[in-house]
Amino acid sequence: MFYREAGQYKTTYAADQQIFPIRQDRIGIGVILVLALLLPLVASEFMLSAIAIPFLILALATIGLNILTGYAGQLSLGTGAFMGVGAYSCYKLVTIFPEVNVIVHILLSGVFAAAAGVVFGLPSLRIKGLYLAVTTLAAQFFLEWCFIRISWLYNYNASGAIEVPGREFFGTLITGPAAGGTTRYYVVLAIVVVMTLLIKNLIRGRIGRQWMMIRDMDIAAELMGVRPLVAKLSAFAVSSYVCGVAGAMFVFFYLGASEPAVFSITLSFQVLFMAIIGGLGSLVGSFFGAAFIWILPILLRVGLPALGVDIAAETVFQVAQMVIGALIIFFLIVEPHGLARLWAIGKEKLRVWPFPYA
Amino acid sequence: MNVLVKPTGMQADGETAPGEVLLRIDSVSLSFGGVRAITNISFDIIKGEVRAIIGPNGAGKTSMLNVINGFYHPQEGTITWRGKVRRKMKPYEAASHGIARTFQNVALFKGMTTLDNIMTGRGLKMHSGFLWQCLRVGPALREEIEHRRKVEEIIDFLEIQAIRKTPVGRLPYGLQKRVELARALAMEPELLLLDEPMAGMNLEEKEDMSRFILDVNQQFGTTIALIEHDMGVVMDLSDRVVVLDYGRKIADGPPEEVQANQDVIDAYLGVSH
Repeated sequence: MFYREAGQYKTTYAADQQIFPIRQDRIGIGVILVLALLLPLVASEFMLSAIAIPFLILALATIGLNILTGYAGQLSLGTGAFMGVGAYSCYKLVTIFPEVNVIVHILLSGVFAAAAGVVFGLPSLRIKGLYLAVTTLAAQFFLEWCFIRISWLYNYNASGAIEVPGREFFGTLITGPAAGGTTRYYVVLAIVVVMTLLIKNLIRGRIGRQWMMIRDMDIAAELMGVRPLVAKLSAFAVSSYVCGVAGAMFVFFYLGASEPAVFSITLSFQVLFMAIIGGLGSLVGSFFGAAFIWILPILLRVGLPALGVDIAAETVFQVAQMVIGALIIFFLIVEPHGLARLWAIGKEKLRVWPFPYA
Repeated sequence: MNVLVKPTGMQADGETAPGEVLLRIDSVSLSFGGVRAITNISFDIIKGEVRAIIGPNGAGKTSMLNVINGFYHPQEGTITWRGKVRRKMKPYEAASHGIARTFQNVALFKGMTTLDNIMTGRGLKMHSGFLWQCLRVGPALREEIEHRRKVEEIIDFLEIQAIRKTPVGRLPYGLQKRVELARALAMEPELLLLDEPMAGMNLEEKEDMSRFILDVNQQFGTTIALIEHDMGVVMDLSDRVVVLDYGRKIADGPPEEVQANQDVIDAYLGVSH
């Protein structure tokens, strides 16, 4: 009734090809952006630092993995390691060139992750599916080993951890322990929104179509002029770049300090689950997945006691884990293509409501 | 920028006029291990004609297309494309030389819409760089719209306007075959290889497809090589027919001549020993 495109005629191909061709969607995304901008006015420091910032960063990492697995069809278990490459290279860049703006470093650190991604993506030219997953697993363990053993990476720090120094952006402290939650939130929000937009453009253009061609039918893709080498390695490069930037932000804007264990296989799996639950091959799904895996447990942990359910702190944690596990199974049975597909079906139904057969 | 407006699909060197030999296969043999798929086959395809390749199952027809495509590399023999002997090449190189094809089993990109599937056919003609595409302004946007216009022409030509935005996985089989033809046409190929374009279709769909094939041939002047089992279709559509059996060529010529050939009749009906 209210979600219907009747009367919205498109007279140019440009108008027909825009990201949100339906006016209601454009209004919706505008409202969401305004709400995101206004969030610091109502949210507590805890909500910003422990929920909103990591949610946005993990959503970006999920988008990175989605480029590779969801759009180009190359299964990867090395996301955590590629995020780690981003984080450690950002740390090195910041300490070697302290006078350069930290935002530049964060964006540059993705380049190192991209290089690592291309190297570990080379086996994808010969192998696919689970076998490729195993080689990316090798990347995970090898890179994690580097983070522990190569002390140059953490400047020979006795603790083996990296600590984020305070850095300013136009006179405002944005990194380090003293930086305020609101400032960090806005920086993260800006980077995530801009990068999501750029990736959306990439995906709906020639390069994105090449990735999907390789994913859907690699032989036909090759017979239509796609070079598998270029398509696969570009997917690895872009995916790892995005993951690397997310990793750098994870340390610089969320954790503040980090040790190699942060970028372990657990993080890889966490991001992979976000991508699967959210929906492979969907950008909005990446946000859904990140919200589901990151925000829901926190809400349960905070929410259950608040509802008056009187249980011990550890029990709350266990209950939250169980509920999440059950929900994951439930959603995957209801819709194996993830929350993004549920969202799409909902929108389709809404468009024909209340006369679904008309 | 003028790359976009140039009539594409042709390269400046080695233009082939109608009536000249576009592709020549010279004593090509192909084997997989000990299995001989193709034995010493020679034939040619003339620019502008509809050339049928027929034969019983397992005769080596699809292997022949795969050789032309650059997907298989024959152990012996040469392939001459536009008057030049072709070196061993990869499928994507063959594609950039103007060879497009459809598949026996529909090989569409299932996760994409009809429109996107056809747009993939324009990939070789799009050249805007990575950063432009990220920003989707300037050349990237211009290019996207330019090629969308071309794709819409093909959509109109094949009468598939209504399914433009439908994911191809949801389409019935007959329409999927048509979208596959559209995708191949979007490449504006010089040689179009059709591997059983009418397999599994009902009579009406076959008639539609036959009309489209003739229209493509006459309107765009596209040279077509097709594999088909329906003899009625083959006899009506093709200018010349080459018949394979057990990887060997047993006949080559105009449909009527091939139809009367005793070897062909034997291959199809079997002979008493």
